[in-house]
Amino acid sequence: MWEFPLFPEQASTIAGGVDSLYLFLVGLTAFFSVLIFTVIFVFAIIYRRRSDDERPEAIEGSHALEIFWSVVPFVIVMVIFTWGASLYFRNARSPDDAMEVNVVGKQWMWKIQHPEGRREINELHVPIGRPVRLTMTSEDVIHSFYVPAFRIKMDVLPGRYTTAWFEATKAGEFHLFCAEYCGTEHSKMGGKVVVLDPPAYERWVGGEEQGESLADLGARRFIELRCENCHYPGAGERGPSLAGLFGRIVPLEGGGTVEADESYFRESVLNPRAKVVAGFQPVMPTFQGQISEEQLLELIAYVRSLKAPQGEGR
Amino acid sequence: MSALTGEDAPPQAPRQHYLNVTYGVRSWLLTLDHKRIGLLYLASITVFFLLGGMFAVMIRAELVTPAGDLLQAETYNKMFTMHGLVMVFFFLIPSIPAALGNFLIPLMIGARDLAFPRLNLLSWYVFIVGGLFTLFAVVQGGVDTGWTFYTPYSSTYSNSAVAATAVGVFITGFSSVLTGLNFIVTIHKMRAPGLTWFRLPLFVWAHYATSLIMVLGTPVLTAAVVLVALEHLLGIGIFDPKLGGDPVLFQHLFWFYSHPAVYIMILPSMGVVSEVISCFSRKRIFGYKVIAFSSLAIAVLGFLVWGHHMFVSGQSVYAGMIFSFLSFFVAIPSAIKVFNWTATLYKGSISYDTPMMYAMGFIGLFTIGGLTGLFLASLAVDVHVHDTYFVVAHFHYIMVGGALMGYMAAIHFWWPKISGRMYPEGWGRFSALVIFIGFNLTFFPQFILGYLGMPRRYHAYPDEFQVLNVMSTAGATILGVGYLIPLIYLIWSMRYGPRAGSNPWKAKGLEWETTSPPPTENFLTTPLVTEEAYAYAAPDVEEQEGARVG
Repeated sequence: MWEFPLFPEQASTIAGGVDSLYLFLVGLTAFFSVLIFTVIFVFAIIYRRRSDDERPEAIEGSHALEIFWSVVPFVIVMVIFTWGASLYFRNARSPDDAMEVNVVGKQWMWKIQHPEGRREINELHVPIGRPVRLTMTSEDVIHSFYVPAFRIKMDVLPGRYTTAWFEATKAGEFHLFCAEYCGTEHSKMGGKVVVLDPPAYERWVGGEEQGESLADLGARRFIELRCENCHYPGAGERGPSLAGLFGRIVPLEGGGTVEADESYFRESVLNPRAKVVAGFQPVMPTFQGQISEEQLLELIAYVRSLKAPQGEGR
Repeated sequence: MSALTGEDAPPQAPRQHYLNVTYGVRSWLLTLDHKRIGLLYLASITVFFLLGGMFAVMIRAELVTPAGDLLQAETYNKMFTMHGLVMVFFFLIPSIPAALGNFLIPLMIGARDLAFPRLNLLSWYVFIVGGLFTLFAVVQGGVDTGWTFYTPYSSTYSNSAVAATAVGVFITGFSSVLTGLNFIVTIHKMRAPGLTWFRLPLFVWAHYATSLIMVLGTPVLTAAVVLVALEHLLGIGIFDPKLGGDPVLFQHLFWFYSHPAVYIMILPSMGVVSEVISCFSRKRIFGYKVIAFSSLAIAVLGFLVWGHHMFVSGQSVYAGMIFSFLSFFVAIPSAIKVFNWTATLYKGSISYDTPMMYAMGFIGLFTIGGLTGLFLASLAVDVHVHDTYFVVAHFHYIMVGGALMGYMAAIHFWWPKISGRMYPEGWGRFSALVIFIGFNLTFFPQFILGYLGMPRRYHAYPDEFQVLNVMSTAGATILGVGYLIPLIYLIWSMRYGPRAGSNPWKAKGLEWETTSPPPTENFLTTPLVTEEAYAYAAPDVEEQEGARVG
């Protein structure tokens, strides 16, 4: 027990970059702290009061010094800003070939859906060397998906999707935490990310209770909720056809466009009149309260799987 | 040690001063004297500090072991919530401004009182009413939302006494606004003849900047609390997504006030450090104007950086980049201050009295606190350390290592003026050292914990974090003792401390030209200011003409 780590494990492709900047900042902090401490200490000794009558001469200040110690910190912080922002910007966009995993947070558990249909609670199994994109939402309050070994964290909000991605580089088990305070059992809302090498992952994902894929579940839901009455393949009277729609830019009634991404689909199901596709009437009823976050994610997986009729897309 | 040349007679207290002019509870509760109101604040915030400290003790005791075994999760959550609430809203924000600023600003500018003495008394009553609501919430079973009240947890999900607490915070806000307004008008209109803006002590400049934030920022917090109440009571969708609201909007409103509020806490301390450093090195402050303007720069920039609390909240990548960019600018006026204070020591005549020990401690700890702020402003690193113990460590270095160290420096520096008596110097230095050691042992390990990935507000945690947590709790124990020592000897010194005389430190500044304790009207004749602040190279006024008063 009395052995303890001082530095977290690096287990994702971005961890090294974040750590380099961190170590640079540690060095900088150490340098300036030691500098200030030393100067204060040395001055306090050299210029200690030797007699109560001392009246040292006044020194007004120095423009040259003021400029010097404004410009130097300015240059340093701009370097840090650029470094930090460019890493952040690069880490913000997931690679196109990323594997899709859905995460639903609720007090106090993480529910995970794999595209193959496998579900987990408080555990996330992923393969090494494959980017994984997380689409996340919450059923209640704000949570935050945090894997220290990957150096990723993203808040998980009710009412919308947020995304994060990572590519694991090391097999093993890593902490999964909720980082945004979410109520009584906040500190228990965690688990582990299990990183497997690809064959082991294939065995895991193919093993036991291999049920329907997420898209198949979504297809079933699509029929149950009677979505196909209007959005049947080749539709175009009451509602637009959904085939090949995912990821396209859609013109809206009343001008403007929107990218048909997860968030837009979610909004269209729960609040259909918010952004109506050009050429259609706002006749769709809301499904607010009739569909859970997980079912909604299944529907989206289904819509995502619908290929365009002409054979474009994937 | 006599302050007067050629005289060895111990200093005497003036026959009549603000403390003995009238007696009785009524004379205190209905006083319009800014000095007595300052002491009312001092007593109230001391009570709140002890209360907040007790919550901290519970937190640190729980975290000795990884399992959440001492307190129930619900109780633990209430402990850290109320620790934050009490310390931020009822200790740190009013600490230096409302207690010492109240006491000192009129004295420093040669005025008889603040511009609006009745408003000043009202602001204390408002503060107390707000405080009582919050204490009522504690009695009701406490509140568990975190001091940040994030929606929709606070507005919809929490079963604790959110409403009473929110009302308390809402009411207290008005006290801040009234105090800020009073200071601004006082500093503009009531300076003694000859006291131009650039002859003002930097303590006054710092309070001017602080007051601007109080007046401009607090209404936004008030508005946010009202919006939460409207949603809660009338079901208007503002923050709750189920009603079509946006929970992140609350974070914008909250941090629009609460980030500048950090500067409400630290700027007055910076003012104190400027006074103390120059007095105990007997030197004019290095770069007076630069320090004065850097206070204003911090106040203004403070309003432009709130989004750095929200880098992982789902706000846009570009918003994150702009807020990161702007946040780095706060580093520059902060660095300027540190360099100028350090340069003030150069070729000074430095003595190591207790206030100076605290002020030097402030510079060191604020430097670490400020530099670790750079980690949090850098986007990619913040993603990892956001909401971990790294943040906890960082803001405690600023708020405890910075603001509280400055407060301790101020209490010791002006104690002779406030009480008319000296505190025991040996105990003062000893406890300053104890606090410095205890503080670092408490909070330094938390930086490491944070980078390892331990999230904040965790009642239970994985085993590998235990050693660092035990260190932190050990440090907190030392720190707690460090705070109790001054509490004891300061109370002791009110009765038994040696008489201070009007200027025991041979300090410059109008407050040292009147008696200790000062008369109710502060000065018997209106002072005339003929020199700049910190004219330590010039011979003492008293040496020229003897004591002016008393």
